[in-house]
Amino acid sequence: MNFEFSDDQKQLRDQARRFLSEKCPPKAVRAVLEGKAPYDKELWKGLAEMGFLGVAIPEEFGGTGAGHLELCVIAEEMGRAVAPVPFSSTVYLAAEALLLAGSDAQKQKWLPKIASGEAIGTLALFEGPGNPAPQGVKLTAANGVLNGVKTPVADGAIADFAVVVARHGASGRETDIGLYLVDLKAGGVEARALTSIDPSRNQAELTFKDCKAEPLGAASEGWSLLSQVLDRAAVLTAFEQVGGADRALEMGRDYALDRIAFGRPIGSFQAVKHILADMYVAATLARSNCYYGAWALSTNAGELGEAAATARISATQAFQHCAKQNIQVHGGMGFTWEFDCHLYYRRSNALALSLGSLSYWEDTLIERMRKKNAA
Amino acid sequence: MNFDDTPQEAAFRAEARNWVQANAPKEFEAELSQASLGRISLKSADMVAVGKSWQKKKSDAGWACLSWPKEYGGRGASPIEKVIWQQEEGVYGKLTQPFQIGEGMCGPTVMAFGSEADKRERLPKLASGEEIWCQLFSEPAGGSDVAGLRTRAERDGDDWIVNGQKIWTSGAHYSDWGLLITRTDPNVPKHKGLTMFFLDMKSPGVEVRPIKQANGMQEFNEVYFTNVRIPDSQRLGKVGDGWNVSLTTLMNERMSIGSRLATGFPEIFAFCNDLTTEHGPAMDDRAVRARLADWAVKSSGLKYTAYRSLSALSRGERPGPENSIGKLVAGTMVQDIAAFAMDLQGAAGGLAGEADGVAGGRFQAMLLGAPGMRIAGGTDEILRNIIAERVLGLPGDIRVDKDVPFNQIPTKGR
Repeated sequence: MNFEFSDDQKQLRDQARRFLSEKCPPKAVRAVLEGKAPYDKELWKGLAEMGFLGVAIPEEFGGTGAGHLELCVIAEEMGRAVAPVPFSSTVYLAAEALLLAGSDAQKQKWLPKIASGEAIGTLALFEGPGNPAPQGVKLTAANGVLNGVKTPVADGAIADFAVVVARHGASGRETDIGLYLVDLKAGGVEARALTSIDPSRNQAELTFKDCKAEPLGAASEGWSLLSQVLDRAAVLTAFEQVGGADRALEMGRDYALDRIAFGRPIGSFQAVKHILADMYVAATLARSNCYYGAWALSTNAGELGEAAATARISATQAFQHCAKQNIQVHGGMGFTWEFDCHLYYRRSNALALSLGSLSYWEDTLIERMRKKNAA
Repeated sequence: MNFDDTPQEAAFRAEARNWVQANAPKEFEAELSQASLGRISLKSADMVAVGKSWQKKKSDAGWACLSWPKEYGGRGASPIEKVIWQQEEGVYGKLTQPFQIGEGMCGPTVMAFGSEADKRERLPKLASGEEIWCQLFSEPAGGSDVAGLRTRAERDGDDWIVNGQKIWTSGAHYSDWGLLITRTDPNVPKHKGLTMFFLDMKSPGVEVRPIKQANGMQEFNEVYFTNVRIPDSQRLGKVGDGWNVSLTTLMNERMSIGSRLATGFPEIFAFCNDLTTEHGPAMDDRAVRARLADWAVKSSGLKYTAYRSLSALSRGERPGPENSIGKLVAGTMVQDIAAFAMDLQGAAGGLAGEADGVAGGRFQAMLLGAPGMRIAGGTDEILRNIIAERVLGLPGDIRVDKDVPFNQIPTKGR
């Protein structure tokens, strides 16, 4: 039994934590939150220089080729730091889609630029309210061009290219849906920045008008590819969420130790202790489920679907719970703009919705368990 | 990351598996596998007698009390080997329940504080199942607050004379020996006036009365002591040092890493999977799926938390504090799952028992037994305190009775 990250991977974690605590303090998150920049360009450059953007990209495509366990480790640290950069869109979604479905030429074109920090990528999936479903895809692909509107698209206004989920048929089956690669700087797309609950990350509406696009993978396999990309991103996002949950728990614990009321540290009151103990329970369950997801992701196990949904649900619950209760432990100060609690509260709720909401993943998990049970 | 054994572990596992395969009482396998939460009993045989014979067989072959030294009846095995053994013993592990308190708590305390003669006389018999031990700590006035206990021991020559009452004693009715904590000095603060003994449960003046629990079962006892004589040679540790001795006992309480905690999840998943309600298959109901998913990830979280601890054991390290969450999560889950299953059954959900209850009445039995799971072995609230204080490092409670002589602590709230 070796259900733990290796010493090298733990060293990488320490390295990433040191780097982020220096380059990504709450002040840097607030700069983006308060609209001073659409994302932290210096930090993005630094992440590229550290090799963190290409950690799961093979060396032949400009990455370090370390692997997905290493990417999990970095994702956790990005979550701890609530980093205001398009990391998840570019690395978990766009790069994973390219690795999974891209032709050699497509990989050669974009992956080295992702690793070097020159290109930001994203996935354009949603078209208004609702969770991922083939019938929700109205944007059309015909004669090499896309027409329609995607919203919200994470990092849509700052991305250089997008993987777009589009409809090319009307049979009513999943095979009507394909993935398409679009160079967002080549015209045909208009981006409108959107207001969101977490302005430390960009959200945009993308309008495609006769926009040139090339298929990514077989046109009939788009939905199946998308599902695989979402599973992989679910594990990686779960690590971000666990990182955030852990940090929120630490903030709550530290405040409970420092803050004196009724002549004693508030952390000596059972009412406060029990809040923090329950945060620890949620974070611990989520971390263990994330390890399960990491194992499945790194070994490409048949259980990946179940493991990804499990990690995703558990980590969503944990981050939302810890971020919410961290504010409660802080009392009134936790509800001020000045304290950092709301950065985590905002991010926890944004991440909970980013790849399909909690109820979508609950449904997915049980459907998968049911199928396995019937098999 | 992998779930594989090291070559050494694999060899040990193969040896254990072969031995269990060749020696286990297979005639009870089906019944033991089916025994659901809170209902372990055998229809055709006495559970304790079957357990004793299994324990003896294990002990003769060197598979009893694996982590104990060989000279006291153990195997000198490593913690990970003990876990592997538990995995391979499988359902037959349920037969060892009468010996677990002896192996995990009483034995290690005698090992730490007993005389060499007592260790050589008592421990091998504990390991072989010939003698069963119980732990006499909790009292009516000292549950979560164990140090508030009132059972008195007074010196009389070479003996001590014990008067008082213990409660929640598992297995007292079939135990041969007991580990007993008493108050020997009521004039000092409560933690300082305690002394630990072990005693023969057949001693004159010991009376065991079964407690009928709220769910109708009898798993615990009250034990009354009326002028019970215990020789001073059976004292463990110094007079007045009983609290520290008890900490040794409680620290040795085995983390239930190898044997997974019952959560009720496999039962509720199977039940819902087979169920058709007036709205169609229960599994098509979003509300059902949402609840199941929540329990699925908790159940999975506990499983992989245990795997993380096993990984530490496998490397020869001490597991982290993560296992402290187990009972806290599982207790509430069992209770919620039982109530949810019964909700799906409508009015018939109120019927109990194998004949009348839906699904053999298993969820009704879970519901009635669940309150006990959230209390026994540390209440949910005590467990949260432990996580907060020992894992997160928050300050201990302000204890108003800490420096007060025991006999001046108020005994009534109003």
